[in-house]
Amino acid sequence: MSNPLYENIKRDPRYAQLVRERARFATTLALLVIAVFFGFVLLVAFQPQVIALRLFEGSNLTLGIALGFTQFVFFCALTWVYVRRANSDFDARNAQIVADAMRKTA
Amino acid sequence: MMQRPISLACRSAAALSLLLPALAIAAPDLGATQKQPLNWHAIGMFFVFVLMTLGITYWAAGRSKSASDFYTAGGGITGKQNGLAIAGDFMSAATLLGLTAMIYGDGVDGYIYMVAFFVGWPIILFLMAERLRNLGKFTFADITAYRLSQGPVRTMAAVSSLTVVCFYLVAQMVGAGQLIKLLFGLDYNVALVVVGVLMMVYVIFGGMVATTWVQIIKACMLLAGGTAIMLLAFSQFGFSLDTLLTKTMEVHKLGANMLSPGKLLADPVTALSMGLGLMFGIAGLPHILMRFFTVTNAQEARKSVFYASGIIAFFFNVIAIMGLCAIVLVGTNPDFFEGGVVGGKLIGGGNMVALHLAKAAGGNLLLGFLSAVAFATILAVVAGLALAGASAISHDLYARVIMKGQASEAKEIRVSKMATLGLGVVAVLLGMAFEKMNVAFMVALAFGVASCANFPVLLMSMYWKGLTTRGALVGGYTGLISSVLFVLFSKSVWVDVLGNKAALFPYTQPALFAMPLAFLAIYVFSRLDSSAQADKERAAFDDQYVRAQTGVGAASAAAH
Repeated sequence: MSNPLYENIKRDPRYAQLVRERARFATTLALLVIAVFFGFVLLVAFQPQVIALRLFEGSNLTLGIALGFTQFVFFCALTWVYVRRANSDFDARNAQIVADAMRKTA
Repeated sequence: MMQRPISLACRSAAALSLLLPALAIAAPDLGATQKQPLNWHAIGMFFVFVLMTLGITYWAAGRSKSASDFYTAGGGITGKQNGLAIAGDFMSAATLLGLTAMIYGDGVDGYIYMVAFFVGWPIILFLMAERLRNLGKFTFADITAYRLSQGPVRTMAAVSSLTVVCFYLVAQMVGAGQLIKLLFGLDYNVALVVVGVLMMVYVIFGGMVATTWVQIIKACMLLAGGTAIMLLAFSQFGFSLDTLLTKTMEVHKLGANMLSPGKLLADPVTALSMGLGLMFGIAGLPHILMRFFTVTNAQEARKSVFYASGIIAFFFNVIAIMGLCAIVLVGTNPDFFEGGVVGGKLIGGGNMVALHLAKAAGGNLLLGFLSAVAFATILAVVAGLALAGASAISHDLYARVIMKGQASEAKEIRVSKMATLGLGVVAVLLGMAFEKMNVAFMVALAFGVASCANFPVLLMSMYWKGLTTRGALVGGYTGLISSVLFVLFSKSVWVDVLGNKAALFPYTQPALFAMPLAFLAIYVFSRLDSSAQADKERAAFDDQYVRAQTGVGAASAAAH
């Protein structure tokens, strides 16, 4: 690939905007995962009795199991959220930027 | 189950070796397994699997012409297929057997660990997936060497890739031999040769196309088998988790305490180090990274992690329920204990919980099926490893370092096939040599090197403009050498293998210590590098960044 094409992409203000937005989005999601997970780990390490709390009177379903399961579901949901936005919104804008840059370069 | 009177740290280590997403189960429990009578259900079903995969290999051989076909299936794998294949690489025999055993033995602790093993996937998606696809071609060294000096950086990447692949492969082989001896009644050496030969056939004739499809089929079998067992077993409790939990508490040796976090998390340093090593080790395993180059574009790369995460999350929960059911269905049935003593030693050792459950819930047929799945799993994982190792030799060392990019494609593929043959032979021979040894340290080593040598350099090369060749080399070798030394001086090698009195390094997991060292070395030595070469490398980051972000210039699918 030619350098001029890259130069034209870099010159496009929409490119900087896209990169910034995508980075913010990805970082936010990653931090969310890390915060939730390490929050859970800290809870396990320092308040272990909370993990065994029963959800309902007379039931043996515990908070720990519920929190674990919720994380599986939540993290999967986040991957879906990311893929959905990245594969539609971000990629459409990206394709537009690249196409315009290619036209300018040619 | 695992022996009681051993120290906490040791237990965590044992748990780790059980849990690592590959066959680490060569560890204590299986070490002394007895050869079982031939299991015809299992052998019959495994035979069907082998025929199917050989058929696929034959079909794949017809379409594996170019280097790109061989290394990355021509970049023509879809996101869904690749998601299954990634999940297949991750959910090995050890995941199935080890995690079930962990829930069986320790209750909710096992579930907490499962969350920890899962959490790396979303992170990989958010931070790495699309950059990997946009920058890589055949090996991850394509990315680290993108703007750095090709020769030394690729040499380093190849050395650490081969270290990971060899140790992992040998650990798998030893585990495979033990497991197959136990499940199928085959002789240890025969089992090793069968695994080695099939692996070589898949990779040499079918390349990445066959390797991927073997992995996909196996993943489907594993999902189907696991889910069937879970449903059959869970039906005995009316599909009520509450009923199941109540019953398990009544019969489990820990009683109500099985619902509280216990011993596994008692040593936070080991737990943290292990968590880090697992999370980032995955992002540094050459055979997993290679999967990101087999898809068409960044969109499909993202989708594949989405599918993989969904499948893994689903399957971990299936395993959790299996483990709980096993507490009641296996743990109270004298048929599954040596000498019929309930609560004594499980027949075949702790890792047999899932298989006993298969028998308890579905009879010999389901037991045979699950045994066949376990064998298939081993094959699929070693094939992926061999391919990754062969690529490091042919694509990085031969084509780029020795021939400086002047090798013809046909020659490069030939070298790759020879390398596969060589790796296969080495793996089988070493597997035989280590039969009686505890090889858990090899898995710790593989993950240590992956997370402390491969991952830091890879991450910095994608994210940090300031990275230079010198920084990458010093950092990469620091990670490699320090993680190897930490494992060498830890109890698992220094005491258990070399027979010394006390370990020089108190923890079994190197990641918490070696990874920061590697990052620090990368940073410091890149910063101190004021050569003209370094300035050029920093300047080249901008173009690399554009490619990483937009995919312009990324290696394209099939047509070149």
